[in-house]
Amino acid sequence: MDFLTIIQVLDSTVRLATPLLLACLAGLFSERAGIFDIGLEGKMLMSAFFSAAVAAVTGSVWLGLLAGIAASLVLAGLHGLASITFRGNQLISGVAINFLAAGMTVLIAQDWFQQGGRTPSLIGGGRFGPIEWPLAESLREFPLIGPVYSELLSGHSILVYVAFLAVPATWWVLFRTRFGLRLRAVGENPAAVDTAGVSVVGLRYAAVAICGVLCGIAGAYLATALQAGFVKDMTAGRGFIALAALIFAKWRPWHAMGACLLFGLLQAIALRFQNIDLGGVVIPVQVMDALPYVLTVVILAGFVGKAIPPRAGGEPYVKER
Amino acid sequence: MDKMPQWADVVLIPLISLILAAILSALVILGIGEDPVAAVNMMVSGALGSTYGWGYTLYYATNFMFTGLAVAVAFHARLFNIGGEGQAMLGGLGVALVCLYVPWPHWSIALLAACGAAMLFGAIWAAIPAYLQARRGSHIVITTIMFNFIAAALLNYMLVNVMRPVGSMDPASARFAETVHLPTLHELLVPIGINFSKAAPANVSLLVAVLACVVVWALIWRTRLGYEIRAYGHSETGALYAGISPYKITMVAMLISGALAGLMAINNVMGEAERLVLNSTEGAGFIGIAVALMGRSHPFGVFLAAILFGFLYQGGAELALWTNIPRELIVVIQALVILFTGALDNMVRMPLEKIFLALRKGKA
Repeated sequence: MDFLTIIQVLDSTVRLATPLLLACLAGLFSERAGIFDIGLEGKMLMSAFFSAAVAAVTGSVWLGLLAGIAASLVLAGLHGLASITFRGNQLISGVAINFLAAGMTVLIAQDWFQQGGRTPSLIGGGRFGPIEWPLAESLREFPLIGPVYSELLSGHSILVYVAFLAVPATWWVLFRTRFGLRLRAVGENPAAVDTAGVSVVGLRYAAVAICGVLCGIAGAYLATALQAGFVKDMTAGRGFIALAALIFAKWRPWHAMGACLLFGLLQAIALRFQNIDLGGVVIPVQVMDALPYVLTVVILAGFVGKAIPPRAGGEPYVKER
Repeated sequence: MDKMPQWADVVLIPLISLILAAILSALVILGIGEDPVAAVNMMVSGALGSTYGWGYTLYYATNFMFTGLAVAVAFHARLFNIGGEGQAMLGGLGVALVCLYVPWPHWSIALLAACGAAMLFGAIWAAIPAYLQARRGSHIVITTIMFNFIAAALLNYMLVNVMRPVGSMDPASARFAETVHLPTLHELLVPIGINFSKAAPANVSLLVAVLACVVVWALIWRTRLGYEIRAYGHSETGALYAGISPYKITMVAMLISGALAGLMAINNVMGEAERLVLNSTEGAGFIGIAVALMGRSHPFGVFLAAILFGFLYQGGAELALWTNIPRELIVVIQALVILFTGALDNMVRMPLEKIFLALRKGKA
């Protein structure tokens, strides 16, 4: 494997890790506030469809992004309604949201575009184009640093940079602001937050809304940057890989980036090489597919440090008994 | 004091949730420019109007009875087994291995062996998440989700690299021998003078599913183990105080749950496809969640809900065939049922409780 191949694999790692990272940070906000969310997948899918559909109709990818975020927020609101206001089971609500998105996207796509559950292919302004960094072309021939700069760092769509900038932003919000402190407290001990006179319901809705916005960006990235248009079930389990990454990272932002890059790398390798030959031992592609999930189970089993979720996660808060 | 009479809890709340889901589904159909009344008529005539339709409805219902029971048993121990899909896939692998590599003299013996293999494989697939929950405290919902994906990858590997016949491009196993063919409802009903459709896939597995409903009922409400499972589900600390081991109950409940989900394979793999194909489960493992929620985790409720979902599935297929409504309508209805009977249960329950309390005060 030569240097350029490695750079290309790493480049596609960044592209494939982006939706995982956005969804993972989305889950991070929600779960740190004590709301389990297995509906990341559904929110991404819904956003992917609406961003592609609006971008296809209006020709503006920015309107598409807004529509995607709005669609994802609607589902986030539903999740909040079920799990915060009506104190329902958060896991069941997440399952329902995933199915709702899987069904509604195809239903609406068929009604609007009559193309068997897909949107028309996006062209021109309907997609997020690559952003070339200054001097990327002239530095390309420079040994070692050239390809890293012009292939790996430059030339991604704006949402990729948004995703990676969201990591320090998430860290800062959660660990350096009053809002973040309260948000984490509400996920550990909501009664204490309530006693301090801060609204548990308000904080949890805020967390769920941030989760919705981030999932919306993730879905829009899938349909308008990574690919050109929506196809049925295009999230393909990414919401669950993001969930796995979140556990892998033990609910911490910087570790989340590491986990998403690792899982992105696995996807990139599986995409580029079908079966990997390691000196006589052939690793089938299915092993690469299953590896994120296997690693997560190993982490969950506590063999490599224990993953402890926020203490009040999954439990509705009842003010009075 | 109970806030509501029991009939309201068992009948009224699921009924209202179902009506809410139906109203929203009708609005969705209206929204995509189709006529809900015509759609319902077509679904009824397509799914229940002929023995062919009934054959498909009952075939789907058989799948959903197994997966619904699987979710229901776990629910009684307050465990959410979302991994029915993966367990059913593994059950399919077990059935395929038994049917392909053992020369069975008669289908009845093969069916017994296939049941055993399906239950064993499904139970094994549930055992690891159960163990991790019971001993390591890792959340069973997350681990069972992960095991669904691992099962899909494993099955993909087995079909592409191991079980695919030489020269075949299709990622599927070889066809099972003629001797393990399960009698369809047509073959079962002709001797007693009923001419059931020949083309429909409903088969003798339906009887196994009904039997499973009865056995699960007896297990949950008529045995010591069932009592322990329910006690554990109601209060873990209470059960612990009564000397019930949480480890044992978690393991046993999940093993039974996985075995039931795996058992589905005798219907879809052995009864219908007669070979193992990719995605043979077609999401039935997840529909089990909706079925168990709607059936209030009671085997009889699961039986009725499974038939309802069988009807929806076959009716939805007819709609997709004859109108512009895609099959995904069923996924939407399924989502709404899960939403209203599961997550938004309190939305229906709270106002009803208030009404019943007000009525009682009025009487007193």
